[in-house]
Amino acid sequence: MPGQVQSIARAAAILRLLASSSGRLGIGEIARSLNLPKGTAHGIIRTLQDVGFVEQDKTSGKYQLGATLLHLGTSYLDVNELRSRSINWADPLAARSGEAVRIGTLLDGKVLVVHHVFRPDDILQTLDVGSLLPPHATALGKVLLAYDVGAANAATQREPEPYTRRTLVTARALTRALSEIRDNGWGAEIGEMTPGEAGIAAPIRGYGGLVVGAIGLSGPVDRTCDGSGNPRPALVTYVRDAARAVSRDLGATRW
Amino acid sequence: MTERFVVAIDQGTTSTRCIVFDRRGNLVSVAQREHRQHFPRPGWVEHDAMEIWRNVGKVVPRALNQAGLSIDQIAAIGIANQRETTVVWDRRTGVPVAPALIWQDTRTDLVVEALSRASGAEHIQELCGLPLTTYFSGPKLRWLLDHIPGLAERAERGEVLFGTMESWLIWNLTGGPDGGLHLTDVTNASRTMLMDLRTLDWHPRLLSFFGVPAAMLPQIRSSSEVYGTATAVLPGVRIAAALGDQQAALFGQTCFDPGEAKCTYGTGSFLLLNTGTEPVPSRHGLLTTVGYRIGDEPARYALEGSIAITGSLVQWFRDRLELISTAPEIETLARTVDDNGGCYIVPAFSGLFAPHWRSEARGTIVGLTSYITKGHLARAVLEATGWQTREVVDAMNADSGLELTALRVDGGMTANNLLMQFVADVLAVPVVRPMAAETVSLGAAYAAGLAVEYWPDLEGLRSNWHPAARWVPEMDAAVRTRERENWRRAVERTFDWIRPEEDPARR
Ligand SMILES: Nc1ncnc2c1ncn2[C@@H]1O[C@H](COP(=O)(O)OP(=O)(O)OP(=O)(O)O)[C@@H](O)[C@H]1O
Ligand SMILES: [Mg+2]
Repeated sequence: MPGQVQSIARAAAILRLLASSSGRLGIGEIARSLNLPKGTAHGIIRTLQDVGFVEQDKTSGKYQLGATLLHLGTSYLDVNELRSRSINWADPLAARSGEAVRIGTLLDGKVLVVHHVFRPDDILQTLDVGSLLPPHATALGKVLLAYDVGAANAATQREPEPYTRRTLVTARALTRALSEIRDNGWGAEIGEMTPGEAGIAAPIRGYGGLVVGAIGLSGPVDRTCDGSGNPRPALVTYVRDAARAVSRDLGATRW
Repeated sequence: MTERFVVAIDQGTTSTRCIVFDRRGNLVSVAQREHRQHFPRPGWVEHDAMEIWRNVGKVVPRALNQAGLSIDQIAAIGIANQRETTVVWDRRTGVPVAPALIWQDTRTDLVVEALSRASGAEHIQELCGLPLTTYFSGPKLRWLLDHIPGLAERAERGEVLFGTMESWLIWNLTGGPDGGLHLTDVTNASRTMLMDLRTLDWHPRLLSFFGVPAAMLPQIRSSSEVYGTATAVLPGVRIAAALGDQQAALFGQTCFDPGEAKCTYGTGSFLLLNTGTEPVPSRHGLLTTVGYRIGDEPARYALEGSIAITGSLVQWFRDRLELISTAPEIETLARTVDDNGGCYIVPAFSGLFAPHWRSEARGTIVGLTSYITKGHLARAVLEATGWQTREVVDAMNADSGLELTALRVDGGMTANNLLMQFVADVLAVPVVRPMAAETVSLGAAYAAGLAVEYWPDLEGLRSNWHPAARWVPEMDAAVRTRERENWRRAVERTFDWIRPEEDPARR
């Protein structure tokens, strides 16, 4: 049996302490209550602050529980913030790949388009931020499902709508595709939504590696896939690099 | 051959950024660091120039590391900077003699008042293109010379140097007290009120009007030319461009032809229209300024509509009212309601800039009823940016005799879809964001890359420009007319608020 992780136990104790205290607590008070060295308490508090579980009062410097804790279940990254934080990386992805770029998150079982960058060919295009896409038939959606067990279960239990002959409509096919995405760290969709169109996407991760969205490109199969019908490796690399860059900016250390 | 890149340093009002660009003008890496804003008294805004210089030393290596680049892969450095902000430092020690006076600082209102009654005041704008207000460097420098004991004498003796941020950074990058180059570019110099717009040189009449000794002034150079080689931060790399951030954005948006315009939405927002090789005087409250100058070519001029407070209103909403925890959340909050509920916020925090130029105005929130929620306030915050844009576009149309048919936008606020849609709605023209939100940096990189022949010509740069997003007007014309009128009435209510003898900053 693996042993207890000490810092997690201490972090839990700090959260309980803050929750049970009537006012804010200073770092000294926290350290004394838990019989911890001040430096240790401070390190844990700083991490809790980074993930939003603890907030520090600007004037007094004392700590309290963060508002995030009150709605832990709902998505922790505001979608408008996700757009602001990824805009610098979505642009070069579109410029380098020559294709349209979208960023999506899951909303009530659908993919909400949070950000959209036009294909850089100067042909008139329409912004579709705010529109909803089917998760099982898009690269963005499949990547998001791959890292969200609840949403994946819901999607496989519904009868997924067949958009084309290639749409994944059985629970088995979808489950297998999601597991492949987890293995590879990226996903694709080839003619599963619209014949002749394909998409490539990768996960965007926040603190602790939590997936907060997906970024991807889409375009005609003859541009996005190679002779044998697979997504072009260069495009996959661009997508994964962009996802990694956004994740790094969001505080995911490993990606 | 290893690939080469251009480094841009964007020294802004709130932060300093370093961005590395590749040959296609694509962003390769970015590092950013905020610096402290000091508000020692109402109307006073200061930066620590030393802190900013240290931040440059931090963000540049970080950006290079992020992309795994070595110094010899950098073809050139271009600098874009917050404009008008005034630094005076000791040429021997390199230490600033006072905090930097930021463009938003209004402590010079008495200086300005006195100067406007001085003889010769009526010819100032003709020479330098700018109205006499607290915004520009000349009055700020006068204030420093008046208030720092002994400074005027030291300036006469050439012991202290004046510069805006690009001068300060270039001097430090090229050795500081140890042979640092003391220079500025035409765009930054055009914001001092000390330069003759036509000769592009310091004008004796302007210098004597503001009482500024020539000995402390930097040499004025083109925006795009090799000034020298860095000895610090990126030793051995050529420094090949400097532009005020707004002019840099004009350049980054590739507005190279007369009639082309852009608006950059950051701390403040600034609409610039390229007017070609002739300075065009404004009759509707715009500024005449230098757009850019490449090498020995004739300078290009611009008309500018400056809006002091746009993104900083969002920051005020976040940091002072604490109604949101990040700037982008304002869009989420604003979308909780369908309209402004009759509420308008006019952010005349440092008076009103273009087209009103009312330094005695102060901010107001009107139309408050018990119906108003924080969602309505969030909308009013965003709408303030939309309507202020409309005011400067109207002035631009009136001055140029042309109708704007689409607006090119950039800057941090363009990530806000609700706002960009609103701008398109109130202007009744499409709004287009190019595939580079960081056009300030891109412009500085372009200008530097041109000077070292990393890029051959303007045409090549133009072909990098592609629309990334486009918002088309959807607002009903009757609604637009009604709201425009409400905004106009709200603005009127900010006028004549500060009376000189009552100004708390003066006591
Ligand atoms: N999604 C958003 N909605 C509204 N405002 C935003 C959003 N994102 C950023 N801002 C505002 O935009 C500003 C930041 O934009 P940007 O980074 O272009 O400015 P800046 O370059 O830092 O300004 P400066 O150069 O003056 O320092 C901030 O004032 C911030 O409040
Ligand atoms: Mg800026």
